[in-house]
Amino acid sequence: MVRRPFFWIIALVVAVFALVPAIGNDVELRESLALAAVYITLASNLNLMLGYAGYINFGSIVFFGLGGYICIWLVDANGWSLALSLLGAGIGVSALSLVFGFGILRLRGPFFALSTIGIVEGVQAFAENFGPWGGSSGIYISPQVFLPLGGAARALWLIYFMLVAAMAASLYLSYAIKVSKFGLGLIAIGQNEDAAAILGVPTSRYKALAYSASAFLPAITGGLYFFKGAFIQPSDAFDLTLSTEAIVICMLGGQGTVTGVALGAYLYEELRGYLLTTATFSNFQLVIAGALLLIIVLFFPSGLMGWIYSRFPRMKRVLE
Amino acid sequence: MTAVLELDHVSKRFGGLQAVRDLSFTVREGEILGLIGPNGAGKSTLFNLINGVYAPNSGRIAFYGIDITGAKPHVIARHGLARTHQIVQPLINMTVLENCAVGGCFGRENLPLSLAHQAAREAIAVAGLEDRMETLALHLTIAAKKRLELARALAAQPKLLLLDEVLAGLNPTEVEHMIGVIRRIRDRGVTILIIEHLMQAIMSLSDRIVVLNFGEKLAEGLPAEVAAHPQVVEAYLGDPKLAAELEGNA
Repeated sequence: MVRRPFFWIIALVVAVFALVPAIGNDVELRESLALAAVYITLASNLNLMLGYAGYINFGSIVFFGLGGYICIWLVDANGWSLALSLLGAGIGVSALSLVFGFGILRLRGPFFALSTIGIVEGVQAFAENFGPWGGSSGIYISPQVFLPLGGAARALWLIYFMLVAAMAASLYLSYAIKVSKFGLGLIAIGQNEDAAAILGVPTSRYKALAYSASAFLPAITGGLYFFKGAFIQPSDAFDLTLSTEAIVICMLGGQGTVTGVALGAYLYEELRGYLLTTATFSNFQLVIAGALLLIIVLFFPSGLMGWIYSRFPRMKRVLE
Repeated sequence: MTAVLELDHVSKRFGGLQAVRDLSFTVREGEILGLIGPNGAGKSTLFNLINGVYAPNSGRIAFYGIDITGAKPHVIARHGLARTHQIVQPLINMTVLENCAVGGCFGRENLPLSLAHQAAREAIAVAGLEDRMETLALHLTIAAKKRLELARALAAQPKLLLLDEVLAGLNPTEVEHMIGVIRRIRDRGVTILIIEHLMQAIMSLSDRIVVLNFGEKLAEGLPAEVAAHPQVVEAYLGDPKLAAELEGNA
């Protein structure tokens, strides 16, 4: 993997994310790139299910929100350090997903998609009624928690670098899975699940593993995101909008590709940032996202990368 | 001679339809066993029972003495049993090589990716698809898709290969080519169980033949014996005595 150019392309992108805002101490750019990193992480991990295994997960946001809750709760009520809480969130959400995955991945197509929405609703209802998590009013954490990280200003930089690290891990995970035997099995499942099983792919185990793997980094990113805001409540944590946006991003960039999804996430975030500041409509980006999704599904089903591959076939070997 | 596959009083019912009834036969190592019968006789259902798509309602299926009754398809594939489909099932957005690599990776040998690619290349050469290695399965002709089915099953390096109508829909030249391929596969030491409607082809290919009708075994034996069996002739062509009577009356 290290010998392939794509490995270094990812490294370069990550370096740009980490260094450019840091060199100029540009806080505004940092916030914009932080959001882009969150989108890239969410979309890349969704891509493991959507692009590789061919399962539409409308509920990918549940990993993010639940990770946020677990992390905040561990920091706030249990006094864990941020690093340990993030790890706890990642492992906890992944383990839960593995258990749920074996159950709901018996379903296929639209039935699976519906069940993932059901999971979001279920987990949100749990959070709204769970006393230790503050019910529907959520959890505030005191600014005191930033002290061990060297004060709020330094903590924000630290969190930013950790978000970029999670993004880097997501991109490398997507890439490593794509060029592995596990990835070949997942992609075969995505093409024709029955044929894959007959060829010997252990479909149930692979799907559940992919579902669980796709939960780990979004959960950590959720922890970082809500820790940064020092506040979490159910309606923010389990906002289906972000799930839908992640799907639009995968389709926009080209599901099943690593580059396309990352590029799609970045472009979508930029577009969203631009539209949010126009102030004519609030949340106007959702109207655009809907229209975009229609156009892509109708005219460019293989997304941005599909177009690039067809124009420049050589790119297939360079950009995974 | 070693028994590769043993079916012992296997039955399968779908609601009111008895698809396979109390069926027993044995596939011996190294042979090509032909499975024939009129449409709806239960041939494809039988394949689905053998490779685990369905579990039988009763009876026992053993592969090299190991009980595989009701096991999952991917487990049975791992034992060294591969199949092709009557209606081709290519992984359409993957290349021919990738399709076959899936077979290699998850087949009997459970190969790592690089060795699976090697096995895939060999299988593709046997099936005569070398020039389409990097073509997406989507873009293949029907004849090439049939060969892909075969190559993919072969890449798994199976001990037993189930072929479900690999000759159907091919023109005479393609049929001839495919028969050559099947013979070459058997010469590599793979036991073959083949379903085929093309009588001439199956009579010349098979060492022995089992005839199914309404899910039951009608006859079993050498091709010539089976072809002369009155009940087989009746199942395919109607009652020969009736025909003789009609001729006599005429």
